[in-house]
Amino acid sequence: MNSRLFAITRKEIIHIWRDKRTLVVMFLIPVIQLFLLGYAATTDIRHLNTAVYDADRTMSSRALIEAYRASDYFDLNHFAANEQDLARWLDHGDVRAAMLIPSGYGDKLARGETAQVAFLLDGSDPTVAGTAYAASQSIGQAQSTQIVQQRLGVDVTALGGIEIRPRVWYNPELKSSNYMIPALIGMILQFLTIMFTAQAIVREREQGTIEQLVVTPIHSWELIVGKLVPYVAIAFFSLAEILVIGTIWFGVPIRGSIPLLLLTSFLFLLTTLGLGLLISTIAKSQQEAILLTLIINLPGIFLSGFLFPLEAMPPFLQFLSFFIPLRYMLVILRAIVLKGVGLEAIFTPTVALAIFGFLLLIGASMRFRKRLE
Amino acid sequence: MIALEHLTKTFAETIAVNDVSYDVRAGEIFGLIGPDGAGKTTTLRVISTAMAPTSGRVTVNGHDVVRDAELVKRLIGYMPQRFALYPDLTVLENLNFFADIFGSPRAERAALIERLLGFARLTDFKTRYARNLSGGMQKKLALAATLMHRPRVLLLDEPTTGVDPVSRREFWDLLTNVHLEGVTIVVSTPYLDEAERCTRVALMHRGKLVAYDEPNHLRAQLGAYIYEGHSTQARAAEHALEHLDGVLNVNTYGEVVRVIVDAPTRAAAVQNAWQTRGLALQNFHAASPRLEDVFVLKIRK
Repeated sequence: MNSRLFAITRKEIIHIWRDKRTLVVMFLIPVIQLFLLGYAATTDIRHLNTAVYDADRTMSSRALIEAYRASDYFDLNHFAANEQDLARWLDHGDVRAAMLIPSGYGDKLARGETAQVAFLLDGSDPTVAGTAYAASQSIGQAQSTQIVQQRLGVDVTALGGIEIRPRVWYNPELKSSNYMIPALIGMILQFLTIMFTAQAIVREREQGTIEQLVVTPIHSWELIVGKLVPYVAIAFFSLAEILVIGTIWFGVPIRGSIPLLLLTSFLFLLTTLGLGLLISTIAKSQQEAILLTLIINLPGIFLSGFLFPLEAMPPFLQFLSFFIPLRYMLVILRAIVLKGVGLEAIFTPTVALAIFGFLLLIGASMRFRKRLE
Repeated sequence: MIALEHLTKTFAETIAVNDVSYDVRAGEIFGLIGPDGAGKTTTLRVISTAMAPTSGRVTVNGHDVVRDAELVKRLIGYMPQRFALYPDLTVLENLNFFADIFGSPRAERAALIERLLGFARLTDFKTRYARNLSGGMQKKLALAATLMHRPRVLLLDEPTTGVDPVSRREFWDLLTNVHLEGVTIVVSTPYLDEAERCTRVALMHRGKLVAYDEPNHLRAQLGAYIYEGHSTQARAAEHALEHLDGVLNVNTYGEVVRVIVDAPTRAAAVQNAWQTRGLALQNFHAASPRLEDVFVLKIRK
């Protein structure tokens, strides 16, 4: 064991251990983020407040309302006395959707004509509106098919035709926490390691202790590795935290191999530690280090596919995303956790991570000068 | 032991050290004297390998501080001006850390640390966090840490600045003990009374070496004469005297007026000018030169 490296690591552990506030933050960040994103960043759209104005008031109109009520997409909880109510509630955000059944709806159906129903959607949030739009149509169509069936007195499905049977793999219930939580591992590892490694090195400069260190026989690599080791350990602890809470509390299945997950996480950590180190060679104070960390993390959130699908981005942004290590890590994490695939399926992103990690660490170490200037 | 040859160090816009050459002999207590911005810290940083010179060459015991930096680091102990140990580590942890970094053998470490703690009179404080030590104790701890690897040359950057007079004296007693063990010491200081305790001094001003010799020689070769008088109107006396022919410098210290002239024959004229203006004068006498006078004259030129 290299005694200098060991001395640096031991000293760093003492620093971390005695700085109780930061220590608590380090262990709480994963938990808080996990619960925030596990619950808040959900894209499962259910139980939208919905208003109904039934101007028809017939058996048929009530049947339609019941059909919507039966689905858990719409909570019919606002009943309007007139059309103006619908507009007002939508304006105020009291409801996200409103159904207007005109008078004469039941008569038209009875006469065998096509009856129209208006369905208003608050489109300010496209994700919500998109889901509600699809749901409103499919519920309506099902209801329509039933009416046609009654009219014809036959079972329509017996007449033949096409039936699409979608089967969802990997995440059959389409739970967004299944999608978000594996990605959160990458996000949190990146955030923690970049910030704390950058700070740990900048602190030596800010405190002036670097001036004493540079005149000792310690080599740059010993200083760097010695300082990074405890943060790698903390990163793996956070990883474990997320996995445990993710599986036990949020029921995220871990289908793939844990050793493979650890190995790829380690490769990913090389890139984030390299970035942290790079920041430390630029930042002059701990505040600057924190600021630079945030600047580096932000594009990571947007261009990695963490929140928004990369496929939907314009080509230029897709191109930029290739330079963001987190992008590869997210592919790997989701693949290992949800798909349970082996190394052969994630070979390309794994190699990409290794290359990025290698380049970043070498580059940052070269910039790291063991001199004062 | 240390040789500076045309050492120059420039930063973006300033020349911190400008073409400085001198030697420090083995066994000296060598003083680097000068006001803030003279280039003392930069000089020490270059000798200690913490900074590379812009041009010129510095060697320690024949080893170049750039090319053989790793060899030099084993020879020297450098104590920066700012406290550079870890505030959240205890006294003992700090010493152990530097022992580890220098790879001092486990077998003799405990004894060495005990000896250094005793030497720095910190034995009772070894479990105290460095941040909770007084300024003087922090300096002593820093000194002990730099002695951990038994350096042959000690480089100290203003070790007594901002320390109370009692601690200052104590620190110098420690330095004397280190010196007696055969360690060569280079110490920078803005205090001229400390400079008097050095075997030789280098006077620096704005990056230039203005003089370099034993304090006694510098005083003896002053080439000027000092007179002192006591006056209750010292300020007025200063104004009256400073423009007289042959007066090189006038300074007041409370009610004492100190006049530097270029020849002993000026004494009468000074005394005369003093009294003709009706300024009270008592106890007018020739005084022996101090390093401060040397410094004042050298800078003036």
